[in-house]
Amino acid sequence: MMFAQIQRALPTPEVTWSALAPQLILMVGGVLMLTVVSLFKKQPPKGVSAAYAVIVAAAALISTIPLWHRVLNPKEGPTGLVSNAIGLDGFSLFITGLLCIAVILVALVADGYLVREGIEGPELFVLLLLSASGGVVMVSANDLIVMFIGLEILSISAYVMAAMHARRLSSQEAGIKYFVLGAFASAFLLYGIAMIYGATGSTNLGDIQTFLSQNVLLHDGLLVTGLALMLVGFGFKIGAVPFHQWTPDVYQGAPSPVTAFMASAVKAAAFAGMIRVFSVTFGTYVLDWRPAVFALATLSLLAGSILAVVQTNVKRMLAYSSISHAGFILVGVHAASKGTSAALFYLAAYTFMVIGSFAVVTMVGRTGDGRHSLDDYKGLGRSRPALALAFAVLLLAQAGAPFTGGFFAKFGVIAAAASSHNWSLAIIAMLTAAISAFLYLRIIVFMYFEDTGDASAGVHGPSVRIPRAASFAIGIAVVATLALGIIPQPFIQLAKDAVPQLSSSTP
Amino acid sequence: MLGQLSSASDSLRQYLTVAIFIGLGLLLAGVFLGLSFLVRPSRDQPQKYLTYESGVDPVGTGWSQSQVRYYIFALLFVMFDVEAVFIFPWATQVEAYGLFGLVEMGVFVGILLLGLVYAWRKGVLRWV
Repeated sequence: MMFAQIQRALPTPEVTWSALAPQLILMVGGVLMLTVVSLFKKQPPKGVSAAYAVIVAAAALISTIPLWHRVLNPKEGPTGLVSNAIGLDGFSLFITGLLCIAVILVALVADGYLVREGIEGPELFVLLLLSASGGVVMVSANDLIVMFIGLEILSISAYVMAAMHARRLSSQEAGIKYFVLGAFASAFLLYGIAMIYGATGSTNLGDIQTFLSQNVLLHDGLLVTGLALMLVGFGFKIGAVPFHQWTPDVYQGAPSPVTAFMASAVKAAAFAGMIRVFSVTFGTYVLDWRPAVFALATLSLLAGSILAVVQTNVKRMLAYSSISHAGFILVGVHAASKGTSAALFYLAAYTFMVIGSFAVVTMVGRTGDGRHSLDDYKGLGRSRPALALAFAVLLLAQAGAPFTGGFFAKFGVIAAAASSHNWSLAIIAMLTAAISAFLYLRIIVFMYFEDTGDASAGVHGPSVRIPRAASFAIGIAVVATLALGIIPQPFIQLAKDAVPQLSSSTP
Repeated sequence: MLGQLSSASDSLRQYLTVAIFIGLGLLLAGVFLGLSFLVRPSRDQPQKYLTYESGVDPVGTGWSQSQVRYYIFALLFVMFDVEAVFIFPWATQVEAYGLFGLVEMGVFVGILLLGLVYAWRKGVLRWV
């Protein structure tokens, strides 16, 4: 009689397609490109793939604007979608916008890079779009499993991109290292998710939040263990000390435009997931996770800035400086709900600074993508004054100089730490900002006050070719960095409006 | 004795079951292997000490390199293996999921097929 059972129709979730527009545009855009390029034997004409990726990402970026107004409209507000698996709120839209901007800038830089290295092909752009779509799924996830799937889509594409330059051994090495350690981190995260499911009976973030606000767990060992494991997983992804070992090697070995993407988009998505899980969902457990985040932030700040100073390879230096930036953002995470908007503003400023910086590194690396030592920057101020000036602005912004986005970013997280009375963390952040200023100034000194020593031949610095698209991207990064520093108020307001909101099915 | 354990160590008691199972398994295997060791005749021949490779004489050493070409096939296999993992539980409940489920599975299989089309056009499926 087994087969005679009448199957009851299962309730299927309602899908509001319009609210899923950003991820759908990115995902369909990526898959469509992959299909089209596989149908034609010939490579697409020069620049078409990059232009396509830019257009798709711009469309996704534009599609967030009506959604943003919808979320801010008090009549509608944030909602849960697809049975609350995905949430639509200001926070997710803010990071979605950042991811789209990162794709646009990286695609512009990557176009010239692929031509120069002789590895032209549409694959990198397909992976960029797919990776960003995974990032969007991750930042708008309202369920731990959905967040994990988003993280995997984001990361797997990034692993492949890191190994994209197949002829360069260091690129392959970077891909393998990133893959192995990333898979390791995913396993930690998944184990943590399992524990949290065991402790709370749900993977839905909204339901977990409601459960924790209505119940007091007498034995919360399982929950705290789960939180600790998830912190390890996120710590790997954001490259926080002591889970940072992969960062310098991978950032150095991966193709420079891909490094820009990893340092900006992947980090931003991972931080968004971390803030949503720790500051929002487990806000009631702040006393349990705060000491751990304190340790991560302090170690990242100190190790990131001190180890960066002793490097002689600029790409490696920027990798260590990205660790110290992760430390700064962790200062914002540490302040829990008070620091969310500061962390978001930091991520926005950091995205522009880091992509711009790695774009310059891409140019100066020249064919082979290998000339990244400090000596290769000697005399850049003479041979390529505009490029050197842009790099100087971006580096000063990373150091936190006034009139740049970096200043208000650092100011914001330190103010958040101070407002929640974490004086020690605020002081450490300020001290390490001073230490890392040294390394940025060191690069600037090499660009302007050192010579290649071949002045008799009329050569003062490296001859660097700058493709038009890449110079456009660097221009956008510099203008945005300055805009964030000179008129920060609208952007700070934007970050304040981007409130994370969980949706729960239980009242 | 088990009854004296407090209710807080319920989970520990469940682990005891696991431990008993492991112990029994080891014991069974040990008894059978030990018995056959005692009973069987022992006639040494060099062939008997060769690595067992499904009845065929082993070729080369255990550390030889394998063709990198197999890697692609392993990858494609994993892809369709995982697809099957999703399709089988879905197939048992097709009617319950209705049209929605059918469309969803169509999208899922469709995206995977696009990946296969890409691999095919790139000449991955040809044995060079």
